[in-house]
Amino acid sequence: MNFISVENLSFKYDSDGEKLIETSVIKNLNLRVNQGEFLCILGHNGSGKSTLAKHFNGMLLPCGGKVYVDGMDTADEKLCFDIRSTVGLVLQNPDNQLVASVVEEDIAFGPENLGVPSAEIRERVENALKAVDMYDYRNHAPHKLSGGQKQRIAIAGIIAMEPKCIVLDEPTAMLDPRGRNEVISTITKLNREYGITVVLITHYMDEAVKADRVVVMDNGEILTQGTPQQVFAQVDLLKSHCLDVPQATEICHKLKKLGVDIKTLPLDENSCVDVLMEVLR
Amino acid sequence: MSAIIRTENLTYTYGLKTPLEKTAVSDLNIEINEGEFLGVIGHTGSGKSTFVQMLNGLITPTKGKVYLRGTDINQNKKELQRVRFQVGMVFQYPEYQLFEETVYKDIGFGPGNMGITGDDLDRRIRSAAAFTGLKSKLLQKSPFDLSGGEKRRAAIAGVIAMDPDVLILDEPAAGLDPQGRDNLLSQILEYHKKRKNTIILVSHSMEDIARVADRILVMNRGKAEILDKTRNVFAQGHRLKKMGLEIPQITKVTQKLIENGIPLPQGILTVEEAYVAIAQLLKKEGRL
Repeated sequence: MNFISVENLSFKYDSDGEKLIETSVIKNLNLRVNQGEFLCILGHNGSGKSTLAKHFNGMLLPCGGKVYVDGMDTADEKLCFDIRSTVGLVLQNPDNQLVASVVEEDIAFGPENLGVPSAEIRERVENALKAVDMYDYRNHAPHKLSGGQKQRIAIAGIIAMEPKCIVLDEPTAMLDPRGRNEVISTITKLNREYGITVVLITHYMDEAVKADRVVVMDNGEILTQGTPQQVFAQVDLLKSHCLDVPQATEICHKLKKLGVDIKTLPLDENSCVDVLMEVLR
Repeated sequence: MSAIIRTENLTYTYGLKTPLEKTAVSDLNIEINEGEFLGVIGHTGSGKSTFVQMLNGLITPTKGKVYLRGTDINQNKKELQRVRFQVGMVFQYPEYQLFEETVYKDIGFGPGNMGITGDDLDRRIRSAAAFTGLKSKLLQKSPFDLSGGEKRRAAIAGVIAMDPDVLILDEPAAGLDPQGRDNLLSQILEYHKKRKNTIILVSHSMEDIARVADRILVMNRGKAEILDKTRNVFAQGHRLKKMGLEIPQITKVTQKLIENGIPLPQGILTVEEAYVAIAQLLKKEGRL
């Protein structure tokens, strides 16, 4: 079922300095995000992916075209509140997203603002903390947690608002490998077990591999899209647009070009080992 | 090879003698060689940043010493500024530290403070910009009109312009797209080869570190857990994993192939190396 639909969207940033040439950041873009889908958006710096993400909860409004969230037009000011409680946004730097000095209070901030009765807030906070596996830290100070833990608290703060969809803009860019794994497995769990629609923006190709569908943006337009398998098979196209593929895919692509018989390109290390064992045996 | 930096029982405790006392770096005894490219890895909170900040006197150790070419840098506080000219530091997200009217002036700020003027200053600014791949037409622009990647380059050029003997970079490529990351690292590597200075690179990306570092320092809970050649460090996948770290995906793949009896060389670090090794193997067996 169609959950977010973007129709002929175009967007320009206002330039108040005269010298700046106005450039379209998004050009006539059409995209649908299905209910319950795990969608990943890739693209180089300046390709327009963050700008697109900010349209998903009305942080930015279209210059042309329409964005509908669960049937609501984001340009309709009266619906702004409903749209933002439907789609939650998580950003790159966890330090900029935490507001309180105790974890529990930080997570209660969102539902409090929504006017949720206090008994229910307590319940929502507990459930949200359990969903991101941070319940044991409920009385800790957020600024003393690790990067991955902070980012999971930021995600819990969004979950407590019970959105149908979470949009994450490079949530792992500042984290170490363990922190990245924690956050990605939390996101995957929310999608698979809780049925929350997820839109993930990332520069890490190994994270994109876990999505149902990958959309690649370039220059404000969609360059290509499909399952991770379909998208990462286009190694040369991605490379020519400043993107990368997982190392496991790249090695097999290079060997295939050399004439080695490889039918499907692997996306992760285990399938890569299988493919190469087949070739080398 | 002689050591340019040596640490002796280097320790730093935050909030010393308070209930919040926490030792971030404890009893570190290491030597960094003149002219080497050292990678520093470790989980968040392992003490990497505290450690590198002690190397140019931004933080004074609570115990132990840092020697720069044999001299204790904290012995004479008046000398610290000179130490900072010799040990340059690029922080995380350095683009937030740009402040001048033009890129040219911003890059010139550091060397200007060192007392360099005139043609010499101009030469330094231009060569630092060239080293980081910043186009010369951008020099007269306001740093705030540049793109994210260009800002990052301008900020790094500002430190390179001081021509430090030791250049410390804390996550220089964080937040850049794959190509931006590749280009920046290649330029740093190129600069290192030409200038033959010492580089200390802190990063969470094992793929990046594998590509550029001669040796790796692995920090864990404030201690120097491993300090060894890059290949030897990444050969210890299980040990790194226990510390919350990873090894490059391609290294994992080739290790599993070796475990399955495929005669590949140990310690492959990049896709290119793996490609050459596998292609050779296939040719040798006449299957290609």
